[in-house]
Amino acid sequence: MTTEAYIYDAIRTPRGRGKASGALAEVKPVTLLSDLLRELAKRNRLPTEQVDDVIMGCVSQIGDQGACIAKTAVSAAGWSDDVAAFTLNRFCASGSEAVNLAAAKVRSGWEDLIVAGGVESMSRVPIGADGGAWAMDPQTSLNLGFVPQGVGADLIATLEGFGREQLDAFAADSHLKAAAAWSRGAFANSVIPVRDQNGLTILDNDEMIRADSSVASLAGLKPSFVQPGELGFDAVAKLRYPQVERIDHQHHAGNSSAIVDGAAALLIGSTAAGARLGLRPRARIVSAAVIGTDPTIMLVGPAPASKKALQRAGLSVDDIDLFEVNEAFAAVVLRFQRELGVPSEKINVNGGAIAMGHPLGATGAIIIGTLLDELEARGGRYGLGTLCVGGGMGIATIIERIAG
Amino acid sequence: MSSMSTIKYEKRDGIVHLIFDAPGSANLMNEAFQRDFIAASEQVAAESDLRGVILRSTKAMFFAGGDLDTLIRIQPENAAEFYAGIQELKAAMRRIETLGKPIVACINGAALGGGWELCLMSHCRIAVDDPKLKLGLPEVTLGLLPGAGGVIRMTRLLGLQNALPYLIEGKQFSPADGVKLGLIHQTVASADELVGAAEQWIADNPNSRQPWDSSGYRMPGGSPSSPKLAPMLVVAPAMLTAKTQRCYPAPEAILSTAVEGAQVDFDTATRIESRYLTALAAGQVAKNMIGTFWHQLNAIKRGAGRPDGIEPSRIAKVGILGAGMMGAGIACACAMRGVEVVLKDVDQAAAERGKAYSEKVLGKRVSRGKMSADKRDAALARIQPTAKASDLAGCELIIEAVFEDQSLKAKVTAETESVIGSEAIYASNTSTLPITGLAKASVRPNQFIGLHFFSPAEKMPLVEIICGAQTDRQTLARAYDFVLQIGKTPIVVGDSRGFFTSRVFGTYTMEGIAMLGEGVGAARVENIALQSGYPVGPLAVIDEVTLTLPAKIRAQTAAALAAEGKPAPVHPADAVVDAMLAAERQGKSTGAGFYDYPADAPKRLWPELATRYPPADEPIDDQDVRDRMLYIQAIESVRCMDEGVLKDVRDANIGSIFGIGFPAWSGGVLQFINQTGLSAFVARADELTERYGERFAVPDSLRRRAADDTPFAD
Repeated sequence: MTTEAYIYDAIRTPRGRGKASGALAEVKPVTLLSDLLRELAKRNRLPTEQVDDVIMGCVSQIGDQGACIAKTAVSAAGWSDDVAAFTLNRFCASGSEAVNLAAAKVRSGWEDLIVAGGVESMSRVPIGADGGAWAMDPQTSLNLGFVPQGVGADLIATLEGFGREQLDAFAADSHLKAAAAWSRGAFANSVIPVRDQNGLTILDNDEMIRADSSVASLAGLKPSFVQPGELGFDAVAKLRYPQVERIDHQHHAGNSSAIVDGAAALLIGSTAAGARLGLRPRARIVSAAVIGTDPTIMLVGPAPASKKALQRAGLSVDDIDLFEVNEAFAAVVLRFQRELGVPSEKINVNGGAIAMGHPLGATGAIIIGTLLDELEARGGRYGLGTLCVGGGMGIATIIERIAG
Repeated sequence: MSSMSTIKYEKRDGIVHLIFDAPGSANLMNEAFQRDFIAASEQVAAESDLRGVILRSTKAMFFAGGDLDTLIRIQPENAAEFYAGIQELKAAMRRIETLGKPIVACINGAALGGGWELCLMSHCRIAVDDPKLKLGLPEVTLGLLPGAGGVIRMTRLLGLQNALPYLIEGKQFSPADGVKLGLIHQTVASADELVGAAEQWIADNPNSRQPWDSSGYRMPGGSPSSPKLAPMLVVAPAMLTAKTQRCYPAPEAILSTAVEGAQVDFDTATRIESRYLTALAAGQVAKNMIGTFWHQLNAIKRGAGRPDGIEPSRIAKVGILGAGMMGAGIACACAMRGVEVVLKDVDQAAAERGKAYSEKVLGKRVSRGKMSADKRDAALARIQPTAKASDLAGCELIIEAVFEDQSLKAKVTAETESVIGSEAIYASNTSTLPITGLAKASVRPNQFIGLHFFSPAEKMPLVEIICGAQTDRQTLARAYDFVLQIGKTPIVVGDSRGFFTSRVFGTYTMEGIAMLGEGVGAARVENIALQSGYPVGPLAVIDEVTLTLPAKIRAQTAAALAAEGKPAPVHPADAVVDAMLAAERQGKSTGAGFYDYPADAPKRLWPELATRYPPADEPIDDQDVRDRMLYIQAIESVRCMDEGVLKDVRDANIGSIFGIGFPAWSGGVLQFINQTGLSAFVARADELTERYGERFAVPDSLRRRAADDTPFAD
């Protein structure tokens, strides 16, 4: 019989503006992650030598985030030398992939106890800093039809007929929901303030939320991808979507995910590992799925990935109490909602990356934690977390809350 | 060394002169040259007291470049041999380049393509300061890349960003521009001074090496891994896609070679460059482009379509009847090339407006730095606007460009012929009316001919020459000479309704309109046309010429057929055209056609098209949409060949690309059939016939050609 994989704990840092002016810009990514690991060990009274592996998602693995930041952070956290670690990159789904892979390892019976999560300091290592053939090598770019993600998001909005006001309304709502969640303490159990070596608090809240956001306040923002589109990326996209007369560029800084710094860590293990350590399982990881899609439109993976995960779990859309769909761009969530027929009340009930930010390598892990906190708060049963992924992929994870 | 036939090897005072001196023709990078150059490189390397090397030429043109006759024959199965050959030649260039001794190129005349690559291997490039001396790497225009180190060395000299326009666009430059770019080290006033200057440079630089072979070399502007270049690298493929729609492999290969080559050492880069060149040379598009834009275009320019045995002629003074858009444009084209123009219209004001068009067009050229003010003034002074027919006396050629109305044309013919000399030839710029019919109004029908210009006439390169039943050889020869004289390309076609270009152009627009009616979707029709390499979509272009045109042509055709007792054919586009005209959407000139034309924004497709022509139940796939446009034009061209409207394959190919926007990558309407494969073309046309109608049925002549496997060729 297959061993089940359980989530015993899920924590994260607050998310800081991913620029020099952001609160976490002064904190090295290795410190963000090692402090979080130290806290995870502390609050679970974890004998760290019993952790088989640490899997961390990180997208731009260069500079401060190069050379297997996962293992560096484990060592820097003062964990036992016995603990192995590695860093993975599945673009924006890296944190999700870490969780799914940890669950798969536990369910295979080869490992018992794993820490999975992710880290990204976008203020220090900007998106794209690692180069790569996809965007930087002409032959590859030409053959794959590379376009920046925002052009893909604008293409989705154009194909779906989403208007600017609809996108902005969704974005403003993300801020209002996030502000409400913070004020009722929805994240209190999970967010670990970032402190300096003196114990002084550097950041204890998600820095980007605007409680007064509205369609009117977003209306003035200029679309971000008009110029890249005109330079040629629209032509690239239209080669694959000739039915589109013109791509309407409607995404801007306010209805796209915020660029932030942050990290997350989940403790995942078997029944036996939990029993041995005296830990109570909070949720069971029911199923997971990844899928590839057309790389040019790139961001349409959440629906097919979710369907795949639902099918594997033998569940229907209606069985799911809460969905977390990463708010890479407003159109991504709206399209997912349309494709799966999910009511708004079930999606991103505490806001998402538009309000709180998308620290690339960590977000997938963060949304599983958010899902779990809210299932517990509401007494719900099933939750599904999903993200669109660079390169044209989608990922989904289904969890089931374990009543305490 | 006596065994060399293309290079003279001389040595004086320790300086080896490699003198390019191909027997007979221009200096070419052909097999003989390759052999000679390799031998010369070995001999130079073996010299014991070598002080330097001078590369120079005995021809007016320093070096003509690659050997296209050989290149067009490369097939994938010769790839290994071809690759090895370029590598050997490049190794020889490298052998001389890295001797540590100064290498100087004496550039006395044009150095294009392989010629400029020989200059690039030199440490010092000295050129005659002649603004007409052309330098550069035009390989891309024939579907190739500069594979003898041109990409590698230009990027290392100029940096990626600055080198790309010279590589991807084939931009040419003069010695003076070359000095500014740092590509030419020195200019001299005349060719006699070249060798002296070269010897001086050798004396001054006894130990010389290329920048990239010197320690501490850094690529100007940074290497591809530098963050400064990242935004350019990310956007460059997209910019290229917007321009070429991925129809052209050469600029893509050049961009790839430049970027990949800049990341590695020189010798590794050399191999990358040779491999990309091999793929292009073995590929189909280069064959299409070399065949059409080199062999066929040159044949036309050499007078292949001109009757033999008639003395070359020049026109000093031309009379243009009608100062509307076409007349004004033709006047401008003539005046720019030094021809005196009498521009006549019914009243002086109309004629003046026609001249004002030239003032506007040439003024723009001056403000863009493409023409000097003096030249503009001289050109404008050549145009004499008038309302008096008597001013046409003394014109050797008349070009009639009045409305497409047979009786009006007859009237002006009579009026004009009464004042011009008996030697003068008379041409009509009609785009559709048969010349034989128009010539009936002439007292000298043997000197009556069609000269069909394209709009805007000062820009468009093609002129379709139409011979009527009585047009004589002398008249054709003079018309042909005149077209070449004003820098345009003539094709010679037979006299029938729509001639060649208008007729085949019509099949394109009608097919696009038909597909709209069948529910393909307007945006898809337009985008797939652009993505197939057409410069303008069928709906956009018919909006430009107005939708009344196809309606008028249909009525005329129906009338002509009725006269013969035959029924008029029905085209699936007819209903759409009628519906558009009923909705008072005639095209751009009336502010509404398939597109809306808002005053303050770019045109947009008329939204109602989506509801009038909803998606088909059985969707038509992208490949069918593309092939319907390409195939219908190719098939109609075969019919033109069969009917004698076209006589030469080159006229079909060049005319289709230069006149009516058939995709250039294909090499033209008939080369498109060749490059598809005759049997494959017929099989596909049969499929299209079954799915979309009899207009795709191939003529028997083509079926026989496919059976015999005889490609179209002159």
